[in-house]
Amino acid sequence: MHTNLDNIEKLLNKYLEAKTTLQEEALLKDYFTGDKVAPHLQEYKYMFQYFKASKKESFTPNIRLETKTRKRKWMGIAASFAILASVFIFNKYQSNQATQKAFADTQNALQLIANQMNKGNNAIGQLNTFNETKYKIFK
Amino acid sequence: MTQQAFLNTVMPFKDKVFRLAKRLLISHDEAEDATQELYLKLWKNKNRLAGYKNVESYAMTMIKNYCLDRLKSKQAGNLSLVHSNYKDTNSNLQKQIELQDSIQKIHQFINQLPEQQRMVIQLRDIEDYEFDEIEKMLQMKATAVRVALSRARKTIREKLKKQHAYQLG
Repeated sequence: MHTNLDNIEKLLNKYLEAKTTLQEEALLKDYFTGDKVAPHLQEYKYMFQYFKASKKESFTPNIRLETKTRKRKWMGIAASFAILASVFIFNKYQSNQATQKAFADTQNALQLIANQMNKGNNAIGQLNTFNETKYKIFK
Repeated sequence: MTQQAFLNTVMPFKDKVFRLAKRLLISHDEAEDATQELYLKLWKNKNRLAGYKNVESYAMTMIKNYCLDRLKSKQAGNLSLVHSNYKDTNSNLQKQIELQDSIQKIHQFINQLPEQQRMVIQLRDIEDYEFDEIEKMLQMKATAVRVALSRARKTIREKLKKQHAYQLG
């Protein structure tokens, strides 16, 4: 592509008025990113080099398609479930303990009654023996 | 639309979206967040995307609106943006090429322009979009785009010339 200095200067004037086409701007970019830039046009060299370099910057992180907020919401729901469940289990455990205690108490009480009953039985046994002996003597 | 079809549609212009976001928000991290945010929105509306003739143009308009909103809410929150104080340590730009002082200055000059001029110069001089595409993306009239672009180009050039004269003197 033939680009003499006259042409470049004309294009620059159009460029400053924002009247150049993309094709014309491509010519300017080519010229000013090359190494034969006229000294009095140095400032354009910096501009076009900057534009060229800027286009190289890229977005590097991976794109996440799941929302953090949605995750947080689920975490909240999970947490409230965990609390509910732990309260429920704790309650159950406590009532379980209470039942066990009541059971043990009842067992103790029954044991006590049984012991007393056995004592009574022994006494009845003694009485029976007494009766038998009595019948033997007094027929 | 499957995830793969979606990614095939939207991935080709992710860098352009990101660069426009960064041109507006200046901060690299915020631009990344904004880009991420945009892709989530597009994904949520994936079923409507097929109805758009030009998804890229639609995405550029969305990121523009999103970034301008961010800037507005920042101002409302009295968080003033002092552009020159931003350290661009993450910038690939700086890693990739050792830019000369003058080229770095241009970065500052552009980022000191009004938002509209910044967007126009980004879309035209860096991304090489046609004027009618820029009009659609920025929802601006044809003449307004040209005026903004002309002003931006002239301002950058003037500042560079001044800078140069100062260095010589």
